[in-house]
Amino acid sequence: MKFFKSFKAGIDKISVENLKGKVDAIKETVPSKEKEEKAKDKDKKEEIPEGHIKCPSCENIIEKKALGHYKICPKCAKLFRMNAKERIRTVVDKDSFEEFDVNMESKNPLNFPDYSEKVKSLQEKTSLKDAVKTGKCTIGGRPCVIAVMDSGFMMGSLGSVVGEKITRAFEYATRNKMPIIVFTCSGGARMQEGIVSLMQMAKVSAACAKHSDAGLLYVTVLTDPTTGGVTASYAMLGDIILAEPKTLIGFAGRRVIEGTIKQKLPDEFQTAEFLLEHGFVDAIIERENLSYVLSDILKLHNVKKVGEN
Amino acid sequence: MPAYDKVKIARKVTRPTALDYINHIFEDFIELHGDRNFRDDAAIVGGIAMLEDTPVTVIGVQKGKTMEENIARNFGQPHPEGYRKALRLMKQAEKFGRPIINFINTSGAYCGVGAEERGQGEAIAKNLMEMANLKVPTISIVIGEGGSGGALALAVTDRVWMLENSVYAVLSPEGFASILWKDPKRAKEAADVMKITAEDLLELNIVEKVIKEADGGCQNDFGFTANLLRGKLINEINILKEKDLDTLLAERYERFRKFGEFTE
Repeated sequence: MKFFKSFKAGIDKISVENLKGKVDAIKETVPSKEKEEKAKDKDKKEEIPEGHIKCPSCENIIEKKALGHYKICPKCAKLFRMNAKERIRTVVDKDSFEEFDVNMESKNPLNFPDYSEKVKSLQEKTSLKDAVKTGKCTIGGRPCVIAVMDSGFMMGSLGSVVGEKITRAFEYATRNKMPIIVFTCSGGARMQEGIVSLMQMAKVSAACAKHSDAGLLYVTVLTDPTTGGVTASYAMLGDIILAEPKTLIGFAGRRVIEGTIKQKLPDEFQTAEFLLEHGFVDAIIERENLSYVLSDILKLHNVKKVGEN
Repeated sequence: MPAYDKVKIARKVTRPTALDYINHIFEDFIELHGDRNFRDDAAIVGGIAMLEDTPVTVIGVQKGKTMEENIARNFGQPHPEGYRKALRLMKQAEKFGRPIINFINTSGAYCGVGAEERGQGEAIAKNLMEMANLKVPTISIVIGEGGSGGALALAVTDRVWMLENSVYAVLSPEGFASILWKDPKRAKEAADVMKITAEDLLELNIVEKVIKEADGGCQNDFGFTANLLRGKLINEINILKEKDLDTLLAERYERFRKFGEFTE
């Protein structure tokens, strides 16, 4: 009995710590205002000059211009996060992108307090309506449908608008017998939309199944970070899954797992390289080569150039 | 009843488990093990059985009722191989034209090193995609906790039902309160705003049916809930069996297609 009690106490401790780990992990993915302010203070102390930025990897102060078109640190080759607009500019043929569903905006399915205000303020800040841009374009002259998520809008979380736009992109591709390329980056489900957010995973996956059944090509490009509900749905459903170097890719948060096993995890855990080793990514592609590689993949799937027979 | 009280009932260690329902509702249950790839995940049980006159495939997330059982069942938190076992059994059901009935009771898919190494995300994703297209009638019932992607991985079905005191959510109320308010102690409040009870989800059209329980929870009168569920399953499977395949699949697609609220 005594043994059982201490055993049970041990289990309770594990589950509490497990929960605590989850909480910490969640905190880590959502930067608190405090943290942001601290970071700002730190920046102030270091006096980062106008037009400069500190590399989060090598910590050198770098002129923003020096990051170039591809947003790569010239000192350590760290890939800075790109927004959807920058991504589209570097991947698709110039002026070929025609955006779908430009004005789609989220409602507030749970009447969650402050959600509508939060969306509004982010819309003003980012000039995005929500966390994904979808449309059609050509890459190396070859037409395809494309969806690009943007981590600058509520950490790319998957809500009604993201789910609906990507679903429509798949449906458009299926109707028009076109390939689709999805650039993922997301913290996972959008909490403020609760269960409706969870249902987006099923909705997109079902649209993806129809596209696949039609014998059409789906390529995912996993970019930093791709986690949670997006990993557990369309990110992992590509016929070909590519990733940028050192991208964070996972289902559960690192701290959740550290909380469960009570050990620090190695740095490479949940990186693109880790997933490649374990068989969940087809290839890691340098950012500056993505456009060429995608064009070649389209070519290898008999996607003809516009005007080509 | 406040939503969080339902969370407590749904988590009760005395709450009937998937195997309790399987043994009560079906005859001739034969359990089938393993994902044919890595190992047998005891957090998921599955097999073939008779529902009155119809052979069916049944699958459930299995929690334990004692500490020993729970350790063996990993507290009802499946690994990727659990979801892959479920998918193997569902594809087998499709081959032999058997309807599929899934019992869901999990706080979520397991978060651990092995789960990540073996592709927890990929396993769940694959189930969502494959279940959308299974060419047989499918029904899932949330019998306790329906925790996030780990629950959805068995719930892309023609019908989704919930027991009266079960909950189905994107995340636990504790996790939700931590993320949005940085305070897990506000779980009660979170449970209220999240819309996680069977009643709320029926109203949101996330589920089609709520199965009654005895006062205080179905552990107080298991036979009542189990018999009620049995009758409804027999009836619904007969309805779904009558549909031609194209209609069945189109309706399943539309069932999930409609979710989302937006303006344009």
